[in-house]
Amino acid sequence: MPQAKVVLKNCGSIDPKRISTYVKRDGFKALDKARREMTPEEVINEIKTSGLRGRGGAGFPCGLKWEGARNSPGDEKYIICNADEGEVGTFKDRYIIENDPFSLVEGLAIAGYAVGARQGYIYLRAEYHYLLDLLRGAIEQAREAGFLDSFNIEVRQGAGAYICGEESALMESIEGNRGEARYRPPFPTVAGLWQKPTIINNVETLMNISQIVLKGGGWYAEMGTERSKGTKVFSVSGDVARPGVYEMVLGSPLRELVEELAEAKEIKMIQIGGATGRIIPCDMIDTPLAFESYLGAGAITIYNTSRDVLDIVGRTMEFLEEESCGKCTPCRQGMEWMVEVLERFRRGEGTTRDIGYMEVLADTMALSSLCGLGQAAPFAVVDTLKYFRDDYEKGISGK
Amino acid sequence: MSKKVTREKAPDNVLMALQEAQTRFGYLPPEYLTELAESLDIPVNDVYGVASFYSFLAIKPLGRNVIRICKSLPCHLKDGQAVIEAIEKKIGVKPGNTTEDGRFSFELTNCIGLCDNSPAMLINYDAHIGLKPKKIAGILEKYE
Repeated sequence: MPQAKVVLKNCGSIDPKRISTYVKRDGFKALDKARREMTPEEVINEIKTSGLRGRGGAGFPCGLKWEGARNSPGDEKYIICNADEGEVGTFKDRYIIENDPFSLVEGLAIAGYAVGARQGYIYLRAEYHYLLDLLRGAIEQAREAGFLDSFNIEVRQGAGAYICGEESALMESIEGNRGEARYRPPFPTVAGLWQKPTIINNVETLMNISQIVLKGGGWYAEMGTERSKGTKVFSVSGDVARPGVYEMVLGSPLRELVEELAEAKEIKMIQIGGATGRIIPCDMIDTPLAFESYLGAGAITIYNTSRDVLDIVGRTMEFLEEESCGKCTPCRQGMEWMVEVLERFRRGEGTTRDIGYMEVLADTMALSSLCGLGQAAPFAVVDTLKYFRDDYEKGISGK
Repeated sequence: MSKKVTREKAPDNVLMALQEAQTRFGYLPPEYLTELAESLDIPVNDVYGVASFYSFLAIKPLGRNVIRICKSLPCHLKDGQAVIEAIEKKIGVKPGNTTEDGRFSFELTNCIGLCDNSPAMLINYDAHIGLKPKKIAGILEKYE
């Protein structure tokens, strides 16, 4: 299956500073169509038909999320665009905002109409401060052109915290608090930002909306696999000749992306989904890129045969230890211990017993952590213990 | 380099108030944290809790320019360590420190989303990409 441009269709073809160039390429036609010709329920149905799932990593069906918030009682509802892209190796949302902020604004406005929200927020990570003027400029131009008459969009800036990409921590941060994950239920669609019904969508998810509204959910659902419809934007980095952003039809083989497009050679292993993602060895390179296998937010990091597995896993765990918000014990303490043990293996001072402990701890963290960070944190350890056990054996003292 | 944060809502939002103060003072002085807590009628430890949570908020004085170089894997694979060492050598302090003249604070940071042109760093809010040790002197020169 080939590359395709749905999300990135305007990237490089419009001037991200001038709304007129966007309007010329059917910009804001979908918003107009939704408001004039469709009821909010019809918009939601179109999204449901499309099979679009969240592109931030969790893959929740977008239409169901919107319907949940629409049906929740309350006059005041919020839409949040999660632009706190912090997963290691992910940079697609930066690329999208740099090149086509208008599609994002339009997607957000359509979401507002569908859900019945008058206020939208874009939560932009502090590291992307240099995109702030461009993004605010796009919103301002859309407002001046009359596209945002009944909908207000405000950009909120993060302050440097990976965990704030987790939706409940993100809402805490918008409210002005420490970015700590919340207990669920209640889910955001019932009680989210300031306890009002809220939907939080990734940048890339919202980029799909205008085209689904214009061309129909059926058109979108023709692309992809049974449970993964449409396209996905991938951020490819690491040991490749051509790192960058690639949009592929879902279900495409990983091999095509990694070997043909990014030109990777002598691959040892591939990390899919960044620090909280999965690690697979090279012989699994024909895995399809889909929710049915591995996807995350689409970060693909390639490691060649010169790389040391324990170094990669150790650094991944160090990252997660630093970025754990500290609220729940399994994640806060579990990460600390993982880092400590991996240090020992890297120094050649591990024990056979440690491997068993790591496996038990990984299960405990996956089952009992409060949010996705802690639940997914041990994946890199679990996967490499499965596929690269020899590297751990070499780290055992006396071997 | 850093731009004025425009307040969009009354600063009963602790984080937004702190972001504004960070821009104004370059860090968050203890007196300010106390003052903010009093004005909002909340305990000062709540304010401190927010101030100490985020990596772009500083509870100790920083230099006039803050170097944040990425230490995450995509940058590490492209020999980010050599660039880190080149900066150390140029400014004479190790990560986590500020130069004596107050010109630079030097920090290691987690992924900043510039992995397609790694190694990368932020100085204040400016992105510098495709770094090489020999480029460092020229880049730092522009920051007074």
